[in-house]
Amino acid sequence: MSKVAPPILSARGVAKTYASGVVALSPTDLEIRAGEIFALLGPNGAGKTTLISIICGLVNASAGTVTVGEFDNVRDWRAARGLIGLAPQEIATDAFESVWATVTFSRGLFGKPRDDAYLRRLLEDLSLWDKKSAKIMALSGGMKRRVMIAKALAHEPRILFLDEPTAGVDVELRRDMWALVRRLRDSGVTIILTTHYIEEAEEMADRVGVINKGRLILVEDKAVLMEKMGKRQLTIQLQAPLRALPDDLAGYRLELANEGHQLIYSFDAKGDETGIAGLMRGLHAAGLDFKDIQTSQNSLEDIFVGLVGVGA
Amino acid sequence: MNLRGARAIYTFELSRWFRTLTQSIMAPVISTSLYFVVFGSAIGSRMSSVDGVSYAAFIVPGLIMLSLLTESVSNASFGIHMPKWSGTIYELLSAPVSWWEAVAGYVGAAATKSVLLGLIMLATARIFVPYHIAHPAMMAAFLVLTAISFSLFGFIIGVWADGWERLQIVPTLIITPLTFLGGSFYSVAMLPPLWRHITLFNPVVYLVSGFRWSFYAHADVPVGLSLAATAGFMIACLIVVWRIFATGYKLKP
Repeated sequence: MSKVAPPILSARGVAKTYASGVVALSPTDLEIRAGEIFALLGPNGAGKTTLISIICGLVNASAGTVTVGEFDNVRDWRAARGLIGLAPQEIATDAFESVWATVTFSRGLFGKPRDDAYLRRLLEDLSLWDKKSAKIMALSGGMKRRVMIAKALAHEPRILFLDEPTAGVDVELRRDMWALVRRLRDSGVTIILTTHYIEEAEEMADRVGVINKGRLILVEDKAVLMEKMGKRQLTIQLQAPLRALPDDLAGYRLELANEGHQLIYSFDAKGDETGIAGLMRGLHAAGLDFKDIQTSQNSLEDIFVGLVGVGA
Repeated sequence: MNLRGARAIYTFELSRWFRTLTQSIMAPVISTSLYFVVFGSAIGSRMSSVDGVSYAAFIVPGLIMLSLLTESVSNASFGIHMPKWSGTIYELLSAPVSWWEAVAGYVGAAATKSVLLGLIMLATARIFVPYHIAHPAMMAAFLVLTAISFSLFGFIIGVWADGWERLQIVPTLIITPLTFLGGSFYSVAMLPPLWRHITLFNPVVYLVSGFRWSFYAHADVPVGLSLAATAGFMIACLIVVWRIFATGYKLKP
């Protein structure tokens, strides 16, 4: 996955200032590798949708260029757009149309010849085939979202944009959606999804881009990101609460938590010496008994909060 | 060129119409019948003929023109306003569809509906009034040209309008008065001289006059001028639509 291949999509210096003067996106560079799942992570209003909208042609960029495949999305807009499928954040469908009518429309709109076999497979993959004649308004929210994805995939794009695919979707459906996204990736589609659920990026993405206040703060392999920034913590449940740290243990990065019932020790998991053994001996020497210990890895959430800043 | 894209829009728009086909046909049939019962038979029987044609027959082209304009504007404005309002326009904007392909789809479908409606009204009128058509080819040309021009105009309104209320403003405040004062129910020659001059600034006068000429070979203004006015209006609308897509006005921020 991390082998160097020409990017399937690249944005260079892409920026957007709306007519109102609002700077939605500062000049941004981004490269997407073929076949990856890329998660664009950021709070609401960070510029995720603006960036996607520029790439898909829904918003005119104030500056910069976007190349899709080998096509410039302004000069060779037809070829560039043909490679992209977009499932927007808002569920917007023609409520009175049937599922089948709407996916055939989408395919036709993108200039692809009719292919009922492909559309059938697509609907089957999305568990929509038995609903093909149903009117969209009669479908559940989760199904409507899958219809949006079916429409986005109707013309066999190579890149799929999923803007907040699980916003307002319950936990179970979210897991289904994740499974679906993985299946799509396995079928060879490059996927770019935006989310403000860190869990989602952590669960699915190969690479993560963090965007905040119109700036792409960082782009990193998820594993590298977690490793680079991921501290580990050792939590020790004490038998009896402590008022203060014993002097013997002053050399360790320790914190008292939960009103003295817990000792939390932070360490670098990549280091040769984690210091755990020494700490254990120190606890013993200080005569501290404990009933439970556990280690945990920093989640992407901690990293994210660290980057974006709490309450920012 | 993405002709498939244009065709997809065209058939999608028409299928929306065909779903409610009964209403779509019944509405014009009923309204035409009412006009002919009231104006044609009840009032018209007491009126002298106009330009050598019975009053009932005289109002046939005007009535059809009136419906053609109103239907074209409302069909086309609804057709593009609906996706703008519901958000489904994202698909059109992200698709490899050029401005004229989109227009061919939306405006083509709206104009097709209007032309069919005009023909249905023509057939309905026949039940009440024996009329004849002197220049059938020109009649068809006026019908199609007007339907396309005003569907283009409706398309512009549909893009411009920010809500359903504004969508109604132009048809109610502009189209309806212009059509009623455009000689649908009277000959311009029947007006006092001052009004006769003022009315010549009303573009609908040229449409109605040209259309009536194709029926009865008699016109208020020269038929060439009618044709030129209609074509001119169509070209003006086309230029506006082209600029809308080029600049992304009210479509793309």
